Amino acid sequence: MSEPLLSVENLRTWFHTPAGVAKSVDGVSFDIRAGETLGIVGESGCGKSVTALSLLRLIQPPGRIEAGSRIVFEGKDLVTIDEAGMRAVRGNRIAMIFQEPMSALNPVFTVGDQVAEVARVHGNGSRGDAWERAVEMLTLTGIPSPGERAKQYPHQLSGGMRQRVLIAMALMMNPAMIIADEPTTALDVTIQAQILELLTDLKQRLGTAILMITHDLGVIAETAERVLVMYGGEIVEEADVRTLFDDAHHPYTEGLMYAMPHITESRERLNVIPGTVPPPTAWPSGCRFRDRCRYSWERCESEHPPLYQIGAGHTSRCHLAEEPGRRAHPHLPLVEQTGAAL
Amino acid sequence: MAAFLARRLAQGIIVVALVATIVFLLIHAAPGDPFSASLENPAITESVRETWRREYGLDRPLGEQYVRYVQNVFRGNLGFSFSLQRPVVDVIGDTLPNTLLLMSVGLIGAFGLGIGTAIVQVRKRGRRVDRLLGSLSLTLFSVPDFWLALLILVGFAYWIPIFPIGGATDAVMYDMLGPAGKLADRAKHLVLPALTLALLYYPLIARHQRAALLEVLPEGYISTARAKGVGENAVITRHALRNALLPVITLLGVAFPALLTGAVFIEKVFSWPGMGLVIINSIHSRDYPLLMAAVLMGSVFVIAGSLLADVLYRAIDPRMRDEF
Amino acid sequence: MNSDTPVTRAVFAFGSRQWRRNDRSAAFAGALLLAIAIPCLLASFVAPYDPTAQPDIIGLQSRPPSLSHPLGTDPYSRDVLSRLLYGGRLSLSVALVATIVSITLGTAYGAVAGYARGLTSSVLERVLDALLSIPRLLLLIAIFAAWRDIPVSGFVMILGATGWYGVARLVRGQVLALRNQDFIAAATALGATRLRIFTRHVLPNIVTPVVVAATLGIGHVIVLEAGLSWLGIGVRPPTASWGNMIQDGSDQIASHWWISLFPGLAIVLTVMAFNVLGDALLKALSPRRPVIE
Repeated sequence: MSEPLLSVENLRTWFHTPAGVAKSVDGVSFDIRAGETLGIVGESGCGKSVTALSLLRLIQPPGRIEAGSRIVFEGKDLVTIDEAGMRAVRGNRIAMIFQEPMSALNPVFTVGDQVAEVARVHGNGSRGDAWERAVEMLTLTGIPSPGERAKQYPHQLSGGMRQRVLIAMALMMNPAMIIADEPTTALDVTIQAQILELLTDLKQRLGTAILMITHDLGVIAETAERVLVMYGGEIVEEADVRTLFDDAHHPYTEGLMYAMPHITESRERLNVIPGTVPPPTAWPSGCRFRDRCRYSWERCESEHPPLYQIGAGHTSRCHLAEEPGRRAHPHLPLVEQTGAAL
Repeated sequence: MAAFLARRLAQGIIVVALVATIVFLLIHAAPGDPFSASLENPAITESVRETWRREYGLDRPLGEQYVRYVQNVFRGNLGFSFSLQRPVVDVIGDTLPNTLLLMSVGLIGAFGLGIGTAIVQVRKRGRRVDRLLGSLSLTLFSVPDFWLALLILVGFAYWIPIFPIGGATDAVMYDMLGPAGKLADRAKHLVLPALTLALLYYPLIARHQRAALLEVLPEGYISTARAKGVGENAVITRHALRNALLPVITLLGVAFPALLTGAVFIEKVFSWPGMGLVIINSIHSRDYPLLMAAVLMGSVFVIAGSLLADVLYRAIDPRMRDEF
Repeated sequence: MNSDTPVTRAVFAFGSRQWRRNDRSAAFAGALLLAIAIPCLLASFVAPYDPTAQPDIIGLQSRPPSLSHPLGTDPYSRDVLSRLLYGGRLSLSVALVATIVSITLGTAYGAVAGYARGLTSSVLERVLDALLSIPRLLLLIAIFAAWRDIPVSGFVMILGATGWYGVARLVRGQVLALRNQDFIAAATALGATRLRIFTRHVLPNIVTPVVVAATLGIGHVIVLEAGLSWLGIGVRPPTASWGNMIQDGSDQIASHWWISLFPGLAIVLTVMAFNVLGDALLKALSPRRPVIE
């Protein structure tokens, strides 16, 4: 197997606040290979966005990437290189697309100016060259009349178009990897489909690796090749997309699947996973999902589960890997029993 | 834009008219009249004073005086200054440009220092520089203008005699200098008073600018800029500032009257030949026409300032441009 | 983005850390204010000399700071420290009373203007605009140039009468905002008079901004009074005020710096303390201003 493009080892990003230390990302490790699409899925608060921001070292104080974390990319450890080195990576070798196209673009500059800025920051070509390339990228992302649109301001464009602009921005320097943080959450369903199609198409053409962060399993199903499921600041399951949908192991993943409404089913109420995500300042001992899990038993409270190997390329952070028999005896999750809030 | 301007102009005129009325009432409600000061001079008999009164229409009923006054104001005749023995308009014509010059340079200095300070404070937020600059701002904000002017005068014109003691130009040498020399002389005289103004008013701007920048920093497009590889300095001065300038522009509306008030004391300390100095010198002579005109001018400044701020605001924000 | 992510929670907590620093500077400012105000208020007990006494007109003229006169003497051979204390008492009292007058007038005008309708409302609003556009200093100069020998009480009243416009606008805004709300109509239907509604519903909402404005305003008035006294149209000598003390030393400031320096420093420290206090109040009370219904 060839060298992975990006290798994350034991990433821990903690926020040191007066209210306590929020361990938003607490020991995450994964690899991304060149050209592959890796999805990270999980509820709000599980740490997936913070993971993405950590890769580009965009975490602002009081957040901090803790010592012992390593992010190896193109032979360098992104956690320890100097700021200038990091800036050379951002937007150039690794690009990021944010969630809200509404607010991700600066309202006082033209769209073309903002896209061209990437080239101006990284390249040494002229302003004219940068602008030309910007228009090229806008064309590539399917924006009609790109030359004119480039001279417009963000408020004059629709949500879908703004997202395309952000994608064009990400493509400017032909990066090895694009991190897409909930790129379609703020968009209408139809536009959503277009954007995903665009991303897949571009990826095929340019061979860019994509890290797709989302809470929507539908998006995962459409775009990802491999998937990481995150909960409580950790990875709780890793598998290729087929295996995940057919053969999920971790009870949380199970819950997510079950919660997805299916168009062919008739159901009166949506299934939910009872309870809510605990605050990152106080992760429960042992397994962090145990209070909301249908299968948990004493071991889950006392022993923090490691990532067990379930199959080829399939791991799961659940003791059921060692005691599969317990799956036959589901019970009411603890949150529902004791009425314990949160 | 045209309709907006017209509307605001009309409003402004109404306000000026109201101000003129208020000022008139206030002044004429005072005991005595401009000639009471001359009571001390035995050579000026009562009959002489009576003649003066009749000449300046001060023996007419108040209502008539008022009407004449308003008419005159809108005709551009602001009366005759007793103490200076010249039409008030002439006095204003001579001194207002000097005040405007001082105010403009002071304003530029204040905005420059203010925005600059705010940028540094935000770039190094939470660190010692931030707190030091903050304390400096607070101190200067609390200083009385005339006292600071005195200190600066003493410091840089007496103890360390780098700059001239006062005036706008050198009393002796000016006429003999060539054009470049004249410019340099004027500039030298402008430094200390303008610096004082700038030091007094930049804290207000710095505080607002800093708050505006901090409000903008959590916005999405700032993260986008960082993710593009834009350096932190450029993030603040290019991306954040353009969006954070808008609230500071409205400060222009406040800055105008503030600088005018500040200029009054500063002109006195530095003997700067502007309207402020004239006003102060005419206090003891009870020169009503001059004083009324001064207050009126002050109001005009205030209204002009806020109008300017509004216009600028609309011009700069592209989102508002479409709303004309 | 879900607002309850750890990132936003962390940022919010960071904000509350600022609050603690805020607390400390407010306490410090309060202490400073007391350290200045108390000796001034007790000037008659604390001051070493009578402020207008001239025990040795020739020998003690403009003497630099020494053991017997810790802050030196002025050109009229009077002890600077004593004058500073008595002057402080006067300047602070003037500022306080003037501010109270301003708040009262402003609240009254704002309430009336807020409840007015139609032409009255427009007229009151325009008059307020006009008043707000007059630079206060110029107006005061004009007034005090016209009115000559005003006793200190009159001086204070006029100061107060020129500072209420901002408060009026604030109060008017609040009244206008609340006037049309349903609960007001309900209260009226139940027989509450406008005064009762005003005191029970409107006042609590304006207390905060008015108090903040007042605290910051006292600082302004101190500086204003000082300026007017320095020009000779405020507090007249030999009565001491920080402003006219600076005037006493202005002519010889290069050589006899202490005469003007100490009153100036006193002003700076006092105004700073008021500003810090006002800021702290603003930060403490603003973010979640409850609309008390």
